[in-house]
Amino acid sequence: MTVSASGAGGAAAAPEAAARPWLSRANPAAKLVAALLVAAGLVPVVDPVTSGVPLLATLALAPFAGVERRRLLVAAGSLLLMGASVGLVNLLFGEAGPVGALGVVVRLLAIALPGVLVALSTDPTDLADALVQRLRVPERPALGVLAGLRLVPLLAGQWRALALARRARGLEAGRNPAAALGVFAGMTFALLVRAIRTGTLLAMAMDARAFGTGPRTHARTSRWRASDTWLVAGTVLLLCAAHALSVALGTWRPLFR
Amino acid sequence: MRTDGGTTARPGTLVELTGWGWRHSGRTEWALRGVDLRIEPGERVLLLGASGAGKSTLLHALAGLTGDDGAIIGEEEGELRLDGAPAVRRRGGVGLVGQDPETQLVMARAGDDVAFGLENLAVPPTGIWPRVTAALGEVGFPYGPARGTAALSGGEKQRLVIAGTLAMRPRLLLLDEPTANLDPDGARLVREVVARVVAATEATLVLVEHRVADVVDLVDRVVVLEPGGGVVADGPPPAVFAAQGERLAARGVWVPGREPRPRTAPAPGGDVVIEAVDCVARAPLDVAAPGAVPATVLDGVSAAVPAGTATALTGRNGAGKSTLLMLLAGLARPHAGAVLPRGPLAEVSPRPLSRWPARRLARHVGTVFQHAEDQFVTRTVRDELRFAPARAGLGRRETESWVEELLERLRLRPLADVHPYTLSGGEKRRLSVATALSSGPAHAPDVLLLDEPTFGQDTRTWVEVVELLGALRAEGRAVVMATHDDLLLDRFADTRLRVGRGRVAAAGRTSGGGAE
Repeated sequence: MTVSASGAGGAAAAPEAAARPWLSRANPAAKLVAALLVAAGLVPVVDPVTSGVPLLATLALAPFAGVERRRLLVAAGSLLLMGASVGLVNLLFGEAGPVGALGVVVRLLAIALPGVLVALSTDPTDLADALVQRLRVPERPALGVLAGLRLVPLLAGQWRALALARRARGLEAGRNPAAALGVFAGMTFALLVRAIRTGTLLAMAMDARAFGTGPRTHARTSRWRASDTWLVAGTVLLLCAAHALSVALGTWRPLFR
Repeated sequence: MRTDGGTTARPGTLVELTGWGWRHSGRTEWALRGVDLRIEPGERVLLLGASGAGKSTLLHALAGLTGDDGAIIGEEEGELRLDGAPAVRRRGGVGLVGQDPETQLVMARAGDDVAFGLENLAVPPTGIWPRVTAALGEVGFPYGPARGTAALSGGEKQRLVIAGTLAMRPRLLLLDEPTANLDPDGARLVREVVARVVAATEATLVLVEHRVADVVDLVDRVVVLEPGGGVVADGPPPAVFAAQGERLAARGVWVPGREPRPRTAPAPGGDVVIEAVDCVARAPLDVAAPGAVPATVLDGVSAAVPAGTATALTGRNGAGKSTLLMLLAGLARPHAGAVLPRGPLAEVSPRPLSRWPARRLARHVGTVFQHAEDQFVTRTVRDELRFAPARAGLGRRETESWVEELLERLRLRPLADVHPYTLSGGEKRRLSVATALSSGPAHAPDVLLLDEPTFGQDTRTWVEVVELLGALRAEGRAVVMATHDDLLLDRFADTRLRVGRGRVAAAGRTSGGGAE
């Protein structure tokens, strides 16, 4: 059917939906809910065991997220760096000792990694479709953000042009921090003006195509499959198991006592 | 809902304006006033007028964008009626195609973008994809619906925008300079599509286009608007151009057969002042794909800029013209190779231009950016002109007299105290050229580089800019311009360098000491 063929997403060269790793095939709404559940389940506890179980599970899933290895490694590297620095600070200056510091790091990674995986493995269009059709997010903000995402590379290019233009006018901060701040403020203002103008033009183009004149239909169907229900249910079970294991081992420690 | 396929014959809209006027919020002058105009269903009308004559405003009003819930706010007078009803944003009656495809594409994939308008019209999902396929076919879109919109060329993007509009089957089609932002190849692609659409559709068509010669065969009526006024000429193209051609041309309208003839002194030529040696330039890191290896834009390019000569850099959009221009201007540093000063410039400093301190560079090499706004750094037009001479250490009295002279020459005196951002497109262009001119010790830098200096200008600004550049060239200064303005190439360029596939080649007629 044309609908699913066009809606399945990816470039023409992308593999067929069936051949794609299952986590990238999962409904973005399910992935988002699962990541939020992990965060909600782990925020109240600070011990390494409760957080460690979901972290291991997420790490085991990562290869099946359909994320290019290079991007995955870049993301994992920066996460590890962040975790290591937070851990070091807690180890040196924290009151809870090595176990407490480990708990902080594992919890941080366990909460952050699912979110990063969702962001990397989800096509923005599919996410907007899922938010609107599955989670009943209003159309205007969802599509507005989606359209705005297209402008990010445009703004990056404009920022580069502004920097070159300052040099062309003989403006260069050199090693003077006050001058650097002045140049930066001027560029920020110029970019803001450009961004507002570009955004207004895009909004006009959307309006000209009858956006917001009444109820819309959806060309792409965001499907919720049984596997999506399993993803969410599995996440809940995993969190329960993690808490139970930690309590059984006597390591369970809540955030506030 | 209409879901019938293919080309449907929906009759065009009747457009009636009576004493209509519009004033943008915050302005004292009316963009348009006292417009009386009746456009019959199915008629094809070309709207003309000098820049600032309110042509785009009228199209936006017809598209319902100036209504109560529209994006444009201001004050309206008189009546504007489509088929006897006020023009409010309605479900698919009117289609608008604007200048810049970048700000008209909404979705990340081509098919989704065409479907966007149909979703807004609440077309049932089963009816959407056949109409998407048909619309993509109508504009000759060369890829499938899953093609990413970011990877398209400008001409392809604009074709996609037209497809998105046609899919909605408008009865009133509004085209606002659809080829203005495209290179010649892209413009040709879009013109072909427009011609085909115009021939096939029953819809009423209102078209705004600077380059009249390209579209005059597509329309059966020309309407000329006056800035702040109403309709000053109306009729079949030959009659209007015969009766009003000279007057229109004098007001800046591009009239076929009356292209401007700037008076420029011959090029004296001279020695090479800047030379690029084996330059390699890479595309900047892509925010959207941070892991990817940047593409090589220029691959071992050598080029020379001679004094007293107008050197043109040509080539498709994205071929690397602007990249090369930024390298030659000493603003960006090449990945490998160097851009070196030669002759008199080398006496200032023999170091590569990209290592010159900004202040020294600005005194000797001036650059005019495509978006004039990028280079404004002060709050008033006068301060903008004072900025460079003051930094170059020119005396107060000398600075003031030079600023006054520039204000006069570029018709900016009445605007001396306004913020540069509030100027019109032509005024911004004139100011940006003036700021680059004001920088050198002898009232002009030794080399002036310009990125698309004549882009989107009416004939008056076009002539002023070209004559100014001609005067610089006659003084023995080097002028370099990245452009795809054929008339500028024809009337002013001495040497052409064609940029493409990472290489630079001498193209067209060459004179003086060009490049290898």
